[in-house]
Amino acid sequence: MAKDEFQTREFKVVGTRVPRPDGLDKVTGRARYGADMSAPGMLHGYCLRSPHAHARIVSIDTSAAEAMSGVKAVVTRADFTVTPEDQGTRDILDNVMADKKALYDGHTVAAVAATSRSAGMKALKAIKVEYEVLPHVIDVDEAMKPGAPELHEGRSQESVPEGYSQNVLARSQYGHGDIDAGFAKADVIIERSFTTAATHQGYIEPHACLATMGNDNQGDLFCCTQGHFLVRSTCAEIMGMESGRLRVTSSEIGGGFGGKTTVFLEPVALMLSKKSGKPVKMTMSRDEVLRASGPTASTSIDIKIGATKDGRITGAWGDFRYQSGAFYAMNGALGAMCGFAPYDLENLKTVGWEVVTNRPKAAAYRAPGAPMAAFAVESVMDELASSIGMDPIDFRLMNGAEEGTKSAYGPTYPAIGLKATLEAAKAHPHWSAPLGENQGRGVGCGFWFNFGGNTSVSLMINPDGTVSLSEGNPDIGGSRASMSMMAAEELGIPYRQVRTIIADTASLGENDVTDGSRVTFAVGLATIKAARHAIETMKARAAKTWGIDADAVEWVDGAAQPAGPNAGKFPPLTLKEIAATMSNTGGPISGHHEANAEGAGVSFGTHICDTEVDPETGAVKILRYTVFQDAGKAVHPDYVEGQLQGGAVQGIGWALNEEYVYGEDGTLQNPGFLDYRIPVASDLPMIEPVILEIPNPGHPYGVRGVGETGIVPPLATIANAVSRAADVRMTSLPMSPPKLLAAIKAK
Amino acid sequence: MSRIHVNTTVNGDAVDYLCEAEDTLLDVLRDTLDLTGSKEGCASGDCGACSVLVDGRLVCSCLVLGAEAEGRTVETIEGMAEGDTLHPLQKNFINKAALQCGICTPGILVAAKNLLEKNPDPSEEEVRYWLAGNLCRCTGYDKIIRAVLDTAAEMRGAA
Amino acid sequence: MVTVTLWGSLAELAEGQRSVEVEATNLRELLQALELAHPALEPQLARGVSVSIDGKIYNDSWFQPISETSEVVLLNRLEGG
Repeated sequence: MAKDEFQTREFKVVGTRVPRPDGLDKVTGRARYGADMSAPGMLHGYCLRSPHAHARIVSIDTSAAEAMSGVKAVVTRADFTVTPEDQGTRDILDNVMADKKALYDGHTVAAVAATSRSAGMKALKAIKVEYEVLPHVIDVDEAMKPGAPELHEGRSQESVPEGYSQNVLARSQYGHGDIDAGFAKADVIIERSFTTAATHQGYIEPHACLATMGNDNQGDLFCCTQGHFLVRSTCAEIMGMESGRLRVTSSEIGGGFGGKTTVFLEPVALMLSKKSGKPVKMTMSRDEVLRASGPTASTSIDIKIGATKDGRITGAWGDFRYQSGAFYAMNGALGAMCGFAPYDLENLKTVGWEVVTNRPKAAAYRAPGAPMAAFAVESVMDELASSIGMDPIDFRLMNGAEEGTKSAYGPTYPAIGLKATLEAAKAHPHWSAPLGENQGRGVGCGFWFNFGGNTSVSLMINPDGTVSLSEGNPDIGGSRASMSMMAAEELGIPYRQVRTIIADTASLGENDVTDGSRVTFAVGLATIKAARHAIETMKARAAKTWGIDADAVEWVDGAAQPAGPNAGKFPPLTLKEIAATMSNTGGPISGHHEANAEGAGVSFGTHICDTEVDPETGAVKILRYTVFQDAGKAVHPDYVEGQLQGGAVQGIGWALNEEYVYGEDGTLQNPGFLDYRIPVASDLPMIEPVILEIPNPGHPYGVRGVGETGIVPPLATIANAVSRAADVRMTSLPMSPPKLLAAIKAK
Repeated sequence: MSRIHVNTTVNGDAVDYLCEAEDTLLDVLRDTLDLTGSKEGCASGDCGACSVLVDGRLVCSCLVLGAEAEGRTVETIEGMAEGDTLHPLQKNFINKAALQCGICTPGILVAAKNLLEKNPDPSEEEVRYWLAGNLCRCTGYDKIIRAVLDTAAEMRGAA
Repeated sequence: MVTVTLWGSLAELAEGQRSVEVEATNLRELLQALELAHPALEPQLARGVSVSIDGKIYNDSWFQPISETSEVVLLNRLEGG
């Protein structure tokens, strides 16, 4: 275990800004994403989707479609004869192919495979579905009430009290102390209600896959995903096949942000391929991506915080109601755990609710559940600071969590970096820069857990002294570069000597999904250990060559050398020299590491934002934005900065523009990038990333995951900036111009 | 239904193909000519991932019909490098980390090259507005804008 | 004996106790002992939990050691994006 621990060292490769190995492919258009693969004899698959928010499927008649020229297979739920054992997988099956009911606008009810798109489209039109339209529910608070239209029966967990609709699937309560006593001690108490709209991850690459499956129950799948091992196990379970008989290869992935941590098309494509006996390619349109793939939860949140006049919080309470679409997802509980996590609170009670509605099943979107909770909590924190006349950073510092603090979710914190990000923000010139008329500055903090998980890595020493590294996690933001860097660092060789690839599911042991900010931490750790494993073998080969004991060899700067004068006098044997003689000294040399890397450290960030509000139109301009986050050690600083900048800008979209808009009939009104407006280049200033490096004690290089925390503080930071600029507290996201204008007029 | 025979020029080469009346130029590029560097992100002209030049004009190839390419010249990401020599924008996008997932990169490079041909010395604001039709969800645009500005300066210096 | 802190709504199922004591030297023994002592926790344990041991979070590692002085806190099973 000692080898897992952080040790101070001088880095040669880690921390530099080297070119990424997939760069050339991506700037020349050669990189192959999900929709870029074809197969001989391939068919094109298309989904027929429910036009209703909630409807009983009375009957489906596919006979006319099946009889059409060019149509090779039609599938409905009747073709999926296996009932997965696991409830989560049953939900996934129900989501990818509706069972007795269509549960949201866009829910797949049938699919076709045809020789051309035109044949496929005609076939979809020829499928006759008889629906019995049912009452629907979209809003989380409405869905919780008894008497609301109910999606499922008997799915509420034992934690749900009496008196709620069956749409309430779970309730989780966290906290400690006595909030009544806490509030009794407060000089000032602020209580507010907040809402946030559902947003979409908005990856530019729609879901796509190419499936080949035969009646020998053996298959191959090429798809864009954050985790091809998860795709394999999920599809195998749904198809009723052994997962070893399904090989999944991940394509280059055109963005995921959590939204590609499940399956949508893949089981359908496999079933179409199995039925037609031909490869089937499926690609979602943008309309399908927005209607049927994972948005976030929308929320309704109440927060109450009390503090003394001198700035000490005495009590805090939060009720976090999250709707997760048509199926269970744990988001409200995460909100209840994360919202107050930056603070040291004596008396706290939070409750998180998981509620289903007639919307697409929510998927993760970076730190799932946390940004909305932070929006609500940090907004009240801001108002409290103002009401007692304290600087908002000082107020947070006074109540900030640190080593030894009992966290909002229970455990006591080890060393953490929250206060370091707050101090860095306070010391930054941005915090003291002057502001003009109609301008306001906001600050917000955010927390996320960060994960590790199952990881398997192989590192091969090639006969010419180059190194091939295989990892099993799709590279979503430059991780192949980071892995090559860590391998090169450990082996003591130049970065260019290592090439990292993403191996398919048949070539490596199990790997968890690229999620939870786990890859640089956990795959990096496994890469370092695989390199150390290879080094041990190379040292043994050198020892044999020299005729000395392996213990008497050490590895320095990419070469084996005798450890001290007593070991004998031999010139160092470089990695290249050892590789060249591998067949003489015992055969191929490689290093492996397989482990479930649990125990990743938690992460905090603080953001500052300046906005200008146009009082005539309610439009908001982001003037300046600075992100402070602890990366432990930034392996490739460019890509760490990219994570912080990208997270902040997604948060800007969430705060100002993005929202799922539903009509009276429960159908999505804005399923396209024109009306679902994500930030464009002209909306934004440069985003300044400030990386703090407080080594993670649980990683040899001190690395901490950085992918998710960056989206937690922006909603609150921007809301605080806008509320100060407009001099009216904004409690509902997005703060779109009409909403903000109405709030200004109502002042 | 009979298909349309189209004669056109793609990345400097004479090309002919048959397409259906409703096929977009993007469909033809990707599915018929196997030029999959242009990406479909929306099929409605909102994301710019399919940006190409038609007779030197920047367009979303998803909003142009395949049949409309008759007699024109089409330039795609695949024609941007000359042999193994990358365009300075391509080089700087790699060296300055101006891409994360890379799905928007072909469209942004085609658009940025077109900008620098028209305006070798754009301001940051001009770059931001020119690229406003190209969505990127990973980067927050920061490093993209910097790479374009740096390339413009470099190309002016070299000229 | 190891003291295990339960989250609020889980405590309601364990006769309202926010912390319970079980005999365990690792994570697997801990989860088995909890289920045995508090059968009402079984549905949630079956759905999965995360366990914080001295501030670090574990999902699956059966043999993660736990000592009598360890701070052990049960959490909803965590997932990321």
